[in-house]
Amino acid sequence: MAVCIAVIAKENYPLYIRSTPTENELKFHYMVHTSLDMVDEKISAMGKALVDQRELYLGLLYPTEDYKVYGYVTNSKVKFVMVVDSSNTALRDNEIRSMFRKLHNSYTDVMCNPFYNPGDRIQSRAFDNMVTSMMIQVC
Amino acid sequence: MEGLTLSDAEQKYYSDLFSYCDIESTKKVVVNGRVLELFRAAQLPNDVVLQIMELCGATRLGYFGRSQFYIALKLVAVAQSGFPLRVESINTVKDLPLPRFVASKNEQESRHAASYSSDSENQGSYSGVIPPPPGRGQVKKGSVSHDTVQPRTSADAQEPASPVVSPQQSPPTSPHTWRKHSRHPSGGNSDRPLAGPGPFWSPFGEAQSGSSAGDAVWSGHSPPPPQENWVSFADTPPTSTLLTMHPASVQDQTTVRTVASATSAIEIRRQSSSYDDPWKITDEQRQYYVNQFKTIQPDLNGFIPGSAAKEFFTKSKLPILELSHIWELSDFDKDGALTLDEFCAAFHLVVARKNGYDLPEKLPESLMPKLIDLEDSADVGDQPGEVGYSGSPAEAPPSKSPSMPSLNQTWPELNQSSEQWETFSERSSSSQTLTQFDSNIAPADPDTAIVHPVPIRMTPSKIHMQEMELKRTGSDHTNPTSPLLVKPSDLSEENKINSSVKFASGNTVADGYSSSDSFTSDPEQIGSNVTRQRSHSGTSPDNTAPPPPPPRPQPSHSRSSSLDMNRTFTVTTGQQQVGVVAHPPAVPPRPQPSQAPGPAVHRPVDADGLITHTSTSPQQIPEQPNFADFSQFEVFAASNVNEEQDDEAEKHPEVLPAEKASDPANSLRVAKADSKTEEKTAASAPTNVSKGTTPLAPPPKPVRRRLKSEDELRPEVDEHTQKTGVLAAVLASQPSIPRSVGKDKKAIQASIRRNKETNTVLARLNSELQQQLKDVLEERISLEVQLEQLRPFSHL
Repeated sequence: MAVCIAVIAKENYPLYIRSTPTENELKFHYMVHTSLDMVDEKISAMGKALVDQRELYLGLLYPTEDYKVYGYVTNSKVKFVMVVDSSNTALRDNEIRSMFRKLHNSYTDVMCNPFYNPGDRIQSRAFDNMVTSMMIQVC
Repeated sequence: MEGLTLSDAEQKYYSDLFSYCDIESTKKVVVNGRVLELFRAAQLPNDVVLQIMELCGATRLGYFGRSQFYIALKLVAVAQSGFPLRVESINTVKDLPLPRFVASKNEQESRHAASYSSDSENQGSYSGVIPPPPGRGQVKKGSVSHDTVQPRTSADAQEPASPVVSPQQSPPTSPHTWRKHSRHPSGGNSDRPLAGPGPFWSPFGEAQSGSSAGDAVWSGHSPPPPQENWVSFADTPPTSTLLTMHPASVQDQTTVRTVASATSAIEIRRQSSSYDDPWKITDEQRQYYVNQFKTIQPDLNGFIPGSAAKEFFTKSKLPILELSHIWELSDFDKDGALTLDEFCAAFHLVVARKNGYDLPEKLPESLMPKLIDLEDSADVGDQPGEVGYSGSPAEAPPSKSPSMPSLNQTWPELNQSSEQWETFSERSSSSQTLTQFDSNIAPADPDTAIVHPVPIRMTPSKIHMQEMELKRTGSDHTNPTSPLLVKPSDLSEENKINSSVKFASGNTVADGYSSSDSFTSDPEQIGSNVTRQRSHSGTSPDNTAPPPPPPRPQPSHSRSSSLDMNRTFTVTTGQQQVGVVAHPPAVPPRPQPSQAPGPAVHRPVDADGLITHTSTSPQQIPEQPNFADFSQFEVFAASNVNEEQDDEAEKHPEVLPAEKASDPANSLRVAKADSKTEEKTAASAPTNVSKGTTPLAPPPKPVRRRLKSEDELRPEVDEHTQKTGVLAAVLASQPSIPRSVGKDKKAIQASIRRNKETNTVLARLNSELQQQLKDVLEERISLEVQLEQLRPFSHL
């Protein structure tokens, strides 16, 4: 369902970013980058006291004319950003949540791999496959 | 040269060899270089080699063309078979085995065997090389656990990467694989099943026990089971370069050979095992893996932590990316640790990778740990988990199975639970959206509906309302006059109330006034509703059905006004007016009068009481007779006073059965107009009773009502008699009422009292309503705040 999925590290550099190659990917990259501001805003809005209670799913970060950007942040401040096509109607909130959940699970699997050093780019094939499955659905 | 006829196998073999030697892809093979190596590997005496070369014409040409090369190969085979080298022998010798080439440099040990199977020794040697699996164990961390065959152990035992081609590889494929392997040192180029006759060239690059193994490979007639090329996880830099046969291995070969014999049996067995599944782990391999596992984790049922596994596999010198992928494939349960099964699978994959097999995208079935459920592993795909190992030794699986199934069982549970978490979390998050439509929203209506059936107002709306309120408020009933007094002012109020009452469906009024409702007109009802509403609203904060008007102590209410009733109800929630409660049933008093229905005066009073009464309780129905009395009273009142108490008048007529004549009806109407009539009636009833001057009572009533609106408002339970008495007195005192002055005075006083009571009741009601309003506003504010909290991002 998504046209672009990105995993951003705590220091706000991308660990993984992938978009459907239909359009110039640069636009998506830029969109993801700018949406990080929204993510930070939402994170800070909760306040320190609520860190534990803060929900991981951030919801719609920013809607544009053609796309909607959703965000999700883990407790370790790793962010997942997903750009979906606005024309893809009926993408309910729950579906987005489930997609983020899958992302999170796959990311966890990647982290469990002892050969993966946190902070490296994610090159796991399993992760790629999972992301592909999520993106293919869009079409 | 004569034409050369080659069998298919030969053709393939030769072409492979040719390709192998044709480094530069020139279709011509130079004599030197690989060809020489190849020939040397044939383990033929040099002179024979020379002879061959001459025969095939290479010497003439200076190079080996394809045909020459093929001929040469054939001659090699011939020579290896022991046949004399003759040009003509190329075609004459039938059933020539494929020329065998031993790992060039180190050849001695291998003897070319005409056929694989026949050369057990070779096999042995090969096996000696191969089996080393355990030996191959080469050097894991330098630990040469199985040195039997470590040709390399010594010097280059550190040969890491050269994947040893297992002799099991089927001959037909051997050339191919061999070739490929040779080209790709660390293996890795095709997905060829490991069954390929291992390139004994390349793998043996390091000459690991290469030579012997190579022999085994080459001899590949017997379809060797796809044997893993044992990889040596040596600490030394890997290098399997093609044909890097180290002379050092020569010595090894001897050792290997010795071992070979020992392992020949194993090799044979290996060869015999099926090679359908390239990923199958043979017994030996498994044993090897298990041993390696033990070096890290003595407990076979235990886990190898990720870090240890990382170190271990890093020694294989595979790229981290590939190791990462191998880990993904093999860590079935994604727990960051390797069980024995997982470890073997990982090891197997590493070996395969080193031998040049590409890593699969999904874990092959044969490598899958014995799990019951496989749904979670993304890598695994859909293969059934139970695989275990096709050739795995019996002992290993058993040890593993307990762990695996347990793992497995937990895994799906984990998955399910994770999903459950997820669902829970979702639910929880979604539950946040649960709005608390609580009781905060003054469910006055429902309460009213529940508690107070919509009364059918019988008395004039205004009067009724007032009466009801009075009753509700529970002001003491001792204000028979109050309602009346209040009436005038209440009229307008009632009107307003009427309009606003609409929603007050089932107001408390119902209780007291139900009986009277039938008499009352709609406006009255509305009024009563309103009053009910008020009372109700008073109670709404409590969200408890406003306590049903305490059993309309009907009879006791002489003048209980509707307001009183309201009050009472609201009060019941916890406020005063218990007495009020008792009062509310202003109408009830009527019954009393009805009980003593004698005097007409009484009746009017009763009628009044009834009026208020009916709205509050069904008991007022019986009071109708009172109304009758009341009507009588009204007659008087009508004659005396002009009031706008048409409502009451209306009420009364209803209330009063046709006991009275039209006058009574008129009076009733008049009485009703005030809505205090109830109280009045109630008051009048007692007064009637007391007085017995029926004729007098009614007339003054209407007037009285106004004056005594307060009285009516007053809840009058116990003081009905008093009220009535007072009312009667008051009524009597009504102008133009032919009553005794004394009575009037008393009535006035009573009415004054009642009015005061009504005032208090109304005041209380007012305060309660104010309080309710405040509460509701607060609720609203809190709800809004919650809404804001629940939708923090809505404004974004």
